[in-house]
Amino acid sequence: MNLRRLWAVVLKELRQMRRDRITLAMIVAVPVMQLVLFGYAINLNLRGLAAGIADQAGTAGSRALVLDLLATGVVAPVAEARTPAELVERLRRGEISIGIAVPPDFERRKADGSEAVQVMVDGSDTSVQAAAAQLAQMPLATVVGLGQAPLASTPPPRPVSVIAFNNPERRSAVNIVPGLIGVILTMTMVLFTGVAIVRERERGNMELLIATPLSRSELMLGKVLPYVAIGFLQTTVILALGTWLFAVPIRGSLLDVYLAAGLLILANLTLGLLISTRARSQFQAMQMTFFVFLPSILLSGFMFPFSGMPRIAQWLSEVLPLTHFLRLVRGVMLRGATIGELWPDVLALAAFTTVMMATAILRFQKRLD
Amino acid sequence: MNGDAPAIRARGLTRRFGERVAVDHVDLSVPRRHVYGFLGPNGSGKSTTIRMLCGLLTPSEGEIEVLGLPIPAEAEALRRRIGYMTQKFSLFDDLGVRENLEFMAEVQSLPPARARRRVDELLAEYRFADRQRQLAGTLSGGQKQRLALACAVIHQPELLFLDEPTSAVDPESRRDFWEKLFELADAGTTLLVSTHYMDEAERCHRLAILDRGRLVADGTPAELTAGLAGRTLLVAAADARRAQQAIAAVAGVASVAQIGTSLRVLLEAGTADAASRIAAALARANQPAGVEPVPASLEDVFVAATRRGLAERAA
Repeated sequence: MNLRRLWAVVLKELRQMRRDRITLAMIVAVPVMQLVLFGYAINLNLRGLAAGIADQAGTAGSRALVLDLLATGVVAPVAEARTPAELVERLRRGEISIGIAVPPDFERRKADGSEAVQVMVDGSDTSVQAAAAQLAQMPLATVVGLGQAPLASTPPPRPVSVIAFNNPERRSAVNIVPGLIGVILTMTMVLFTGVAIVRERERGNMELLIATPLSRSELMLGKVLPYVAIGFLQTTVILALGTWLFAVPIRGSLLDVYLAAGLLILANLTLGLLISTRARSQFQAMQMTFFVFLPSILLSGFMFPFSGMPRIAQWLSEVLPLTHFLRLVRGVMLRGATIGELWPDVLALAAFTTVMMATAILRFQKRLD
Repeated sequence: MNGDAPAIRARGLTRRFGERVAVDHVDLSVPRRHVYGFLGPNGSGKSTTIRMLCGLLTPSEGEIEVLGLPIPAEAEALRRRIGYMTQKFSLFDDLGVRENLEFMAEVQSLPPARARRRVDELLAEYRFADRQRQLAGTLSGGQKQRLALACAVIHQPELLFLDEPTSAVDPESRRDFWEKLFELADAGTTLLVSTHYMDEAERCHRLAILDRGRLVADGTPAELTAGLAGRTLLVAAADARRAQQAIAAVAGVASVAQIGTSLRVLLEAGTADAASRIAAALARANQPAGVEPVPASLEDVFVAATRRGLAERAA
């Protein structure tokens, strides 16, 4: 690896980018447009949310209530907890999306009609909140099997109260904006590098480049590095607009947000490079980009909740960089988690990048045959 | 390394693309400090051969040694020592003249000070001093080729490959371009140039004629034309079209081409009495004309060498 040659490629890319108005426009206009477009709510019902249950009452009535909540199919129990505090901690770590707490004085509260059960929700995911809202609509009468409402003329009390942790006002922008960083980076980064190598091949530059001492890794890295900077620029634009227009909180450290973004940028750029070594034309590269982009949008948990997907779709989405980024960025920005606490996703992104880069370099031969 | 060893040596060089044989058992020996020409029609395997010689394509068969290095095994080491000018303009259209040169200087790992000096030198020498910032895409055909040559020689390679460098260039720019090539040869560079222009082939120190992947002739232009001594005739007839029909029927005539009002006749090898038989045929056809031997041109050599291929293709 010769640093001067690497720098020569980086500088060349930057100079070409500066003269390419469409690309320049894409760098800033795409994030701004998407942010405005997606700034509206996308609410969906869902099933099978990971739930933790803390039944402190332990009476027959409380057990029946919990069973009935589970019977709705909206939640699936994954953890038992002793105290509501334990549920909160599990929520923060992202192990569960919903916590159901039944207080010790459940029977008394039920009798005097006050809130008898508390459902805690991971507010960093809109769709989870929507599901919890459904739970809250369940009249306690049916839940506990009392058979008849006390008075037909008064509306039934709302015995289950929902608190959305991390997004108490349930504004969808709060959930959309962090995810949007990932969506925009996925779209633009894969596309930029997806056409990078093919373009040079189409224009005939490649034959010249491979006849020089420029090495494969110098060429590949030189093409990726300028876009890392672009990726961070886009991240900054979205974060700035998100906090300014939509008052999106950044509860964790800003550095962690950029670290997560950096991981996604590298994963997407190397994926783009791999596409570029395979594609025969720029058009083909774009088509392949869409093969990545659509599943990313649909399966990553950005649009539809991860927990609601069939097992096979969940496996698929584990392969997508965006899935892991969403977990990271929502954890950091909305739940205030640190990137170290979310290490499995960090590892997944790093592994993805390594495999893609290595494959791209190996696949690219300094030969025409 | 022996300075007198050929710059390029190839034996039995063959390249197949599926069923098609693009280059068919070509033997080559290119001496150092020569301008060596590759003459051949489109699709004759010139580009494929050049690409194999610079290590960009792997030969299906055969051995190559370039500047003493076995190719393609040592292709990476060779890349520092050669320059390659592709058939299609392959510099960056959206970079300026100076930026293209700077990029190539850095890619060739010239030390910064030397790179700067060399870029300035080439800008002056190739007459780009007043166009340093102009984007390469907006240059004229001739200017583009000049820039491509400047970029190909930025690291002062020992050997320069040029694949049809002047195919899209006006005659004046072509002459100008060839001046540069001879300057480079004088300075000690070996050049391998492919072309389909006869006048360019004639300028080469040595040349090889390729036809449908086969090497059909090679030598100096003088050697090649001397090989056709006595086989070229000029016929001055009143009605060139009719005379041509009469001559074409004579046994031993390889080809007849009309040049202005006269006909240029190429004879098969070993047909000594053909001139008299042509005269007789013309008399029979009532087309009296003067028949006289003329020195062979490189075009005659080319036609003689590629005639069989042309005939088969026409059939």
